[in-house]
Amino acid sequence: MLIKEWADLENIKDKLIVKQKLNKDGKRARITVHMSTCGIASGANDVINTFRHLLKESKEKNIEIKTTGCIGICSKEPLITVEITDQEPIIYEHVNEEKARQIFHAHVKNGDILSEYAFVRGKESEIEERLKNGGEILGQQVVDNSIKAIEEVPFFNLQERIVVRNRGAVDPYKIDDYVARDGYKAVYKALKEMDSDNIIDTILESGLRGRGGAGFPTGLKWKFASKSQTADKYVICNADEGDPGAYMDRSVLEGDPHSVIEGMIIAARAINAQKGFIYCRAEYPLAVEILTKALSQARAYGLLGNNILGTNFSFDIEVYEGAGAFVCGEETALIHSIEGKRGNPRLKLPYPVEKGVFNKPTLISNVETLANIAPIVLNGSEWFAKIGTEKSKGTKVFSITGDIVNVGCVEVPIGTSIRTVIEDIAGIVEGDKNIKAVQLGGPSGGCLPVKYFDTILDYETLQQLGTIMGSGGMIVMNEDKSVVDLARFFMQFCESESCGKCIPCREGTRQMVNILNKICEGNGKKEDIDKLEDLANVVIQSSLCGLGKTASNPVLSTLNYFRNDYEALVK
Amino acid sequence: MKEDKNLHDYEFTNDQYSQLDEIIDKYGKSQKNLIPMLEKIQQILGFIPISIQERIAQKTGISENDIYGVVSFYSYFTMKPRARHRIQLCLGTACYVKGGKEIAETIESMLNIKQGESTPDGRFTYEEARCFGTCGLAPVMSIDGNVYGKVKVEDLEEILSQYK
Ligand SMILES: Cc1cc2nc3c(=O)[nH]c(=O)nc-3n(C[C@H](O)[C@H](O)[C@H](O)COP(=O)(O)O)c2cc1C
Ligand code: SF4
Ligand code: FES
Ligand code: FES
Repeated sequence: MLIKEWADLENIKDKLIVKQKLNKDGKRARITVHMSTCGIASGANDVINTFRHLLKESKEKNIEIKTTGCIGICSKEPLITVEITDQEPIIYEHVNEEKARQIFHAHVKNGDILSEYAFVRGKESEIEERLKNGGEILGQQVVDNSIKAIEEVPFFNLQERIVVRNRGAVDPYKIDDYVARDGYKAVYKALKEMDSDNIIDTILESGLRGRGGAGFPTGLKWKFASKSQTADKYVICNADEGDPGAYMDRSVLEGDPHSVIEGMIIAARAINAQKGFIYCRAEYPLAVEILTKALSQARAYGLLGNNILGTNFSFDIEVYEGAGAFVCGEETALIHSIEGKRGNPRLKLPYPVEKGVFNKPTLISNVETLANIAPIVLNGSEWFAKIGTEKSKGTKVFSITGDIVNVGCVEVPIGTSIRTVIEDIAGIVEGDKNIKAVQLGGPSGGCLPVKYFDTILDYETLQQLGTIMGSGGMIVMNEDKSVVDLARFFMQFCESESCGKCIPCREGTRQMVNILNKICEGNGKKEDIDKLEDLANVVIQSSLCGLGKTASNPVLSTLNYFRNDYEALVK
Repeated sequence: MKEDKNLHDYEFTNDQYSQLDEIIDKYGKSQKNLIPMLEKIQQILGFIPISIQERIAQKTGISENDIYGVVSFYSYFTMKPRARHRIQLCLGTACYVKGGKEIAETIESMLNIKQGESTPDGRFTYEEARCFGTCGLAPVMSIDGNVYGKVKVEDLEEILSQYK
């Protein structure tokens, strides 16, 4: 079927809502297993197989098993949601085969909730509605008050979901699920009710800035890319996510691929591109599989390919698998890689928006940036610009790991304090060691000590303190951990990922690793700290691309805030 | 890179060669398809030694230099054969902070090989990997693509024993 009219989208939505409704006569219960890479690595496959087996054995016809991506809280995986007619949904944590069996017999078949295994009651996608109604949703009875309601849990309640708007609610393998959450309506609006200038102005006025690291205004980039009149142009989604410790892009790609595809179609329409690539790293095989499937479903609906929605606009997307090189996340290196060459960066000028892939104008945007586009087009720039700070609008997704309770992906308004994210959302392990520092922004970022935890998360504020928002990796360390060792880790990473084209980056990082090794092993001298600092500045000043230009940041920020730790290690 | 004489000496079956030629025909002669083509070839042969690179160059007209440049640049490609099972240990930041180093040391001493090497019996190749994006489960290890989270030193014996 080809989608051409607004009514076609509405039809799919209406049909699916009816189909998904649980009622006494028809479908009575639904088990949803949340299955991203992290869920599967924790055993989600065993859980779903157990349910499938039990369902077959029981010969019940009115129970449905469904899968979705993750709900963001990796440390509780495997997670499942059980819904039963008239009852509030229950999310169970750390499910295994044995628990699955018990849950099936007690809860799914008989409605008896197993509160000892339960995590929360309610669904994340319904939080707002629940808050409005004092925790209730029409037709859903609260059966077990001893379980926390989802809106009472700070991890969920303090988040604001735009990028991850559909997490846990859509099956990434089913385009209809996405359409039922108003998916592709923004494409409809952009193609049939707006022209290129309208779209670009909307994105400009929203204040959206790129989420891949540098924070360049997205609308401005689109404007530059739209200028050139060339026939062939490209839109590329940068899904390389090479920053170790960051996984929000993976979570979005695996959980809601159409949100990224929809953003790309709108971008293509705005700049008049005909062809797109999603450059996805080889370490994410599940994301590649899900994207490939999603693209073919979008094609079957006429949302990609020739004459999209029956208009005269044509655009198609291909997944391009990276081959494992951190530097390929850098725009110009990525371009070389798609051309089939070594991923060596080049000088930024001419910009990719003028001369990119195969020398054609190319717009490169990050996964999270693109996932923001559809909601902005649908809800308007004013809606978006109300969220965030003066200079940075909207939200940012962070992947929080390290010495905390709730490890996972969280989306908060820009301007939220570090403390809120670490203490309220992530949670400090009780009775554990004190927290010492947080590392933000990966290999290009820096380390902040606890006394700066009231700092708000936005581009400029963090930069002033010697760190960056970056792609959103956040690693919390307690006082047992050595920041010097962490700086050495990042330096080793940059040394081994340097493309080797410029000597300061290739040799400078190597020398810095040598010095850091000496210091960490207790053989360092006081002068080594100064040498390290000098070298750090040389590498920044004389490297060609962002990798070399920022490789010293972890060292400089730890030298700045934790010099004592270095001095304690040297003679 | 050290020139390794062995890189030239591998033998492949006629069947493998014909599969290889089929892939080359499918992807055509343009350099823009080189990386996906090499990915496919490595899936079939397991690695891409110099002799195979030469063959690709002859058939496509892409220079041997360019092919070698690409194969040696990307960590996905290898010029040496891998063992039956491939252990990849994540040493990304989260895994490192959560004790990945001890896991690495234990694996190295259990198998008596270093990172990048294979056991002489051809059972395991041990590699360090970059982040799998499952940092929430750090430290993370993958064997033949099966991802293990929250790996403990004392679990290693049991996990490895499942791979014969
Ligand atoms: C060494 C290096 C690695 C990078 N890796 C990534 C990456 O993995 N993903 C990403 O989106 N951007 C990455 N970037 C930033 C991109 O070059 C580029 O700025 C970004 O993709 C633009 O998209 P945005 O405007 O939506 O942020 C990297 C930059 C450098 C210098
Ligand atoms: S700064 Fe480093 S990574 Fe960037 S081009 Fe130079 S050598 Fe390559
Ligand atoms: S639970 Fe989703 S990223 Fe892990
Ligand atoms: S740092 Fe190990 S999986 Fe991400």
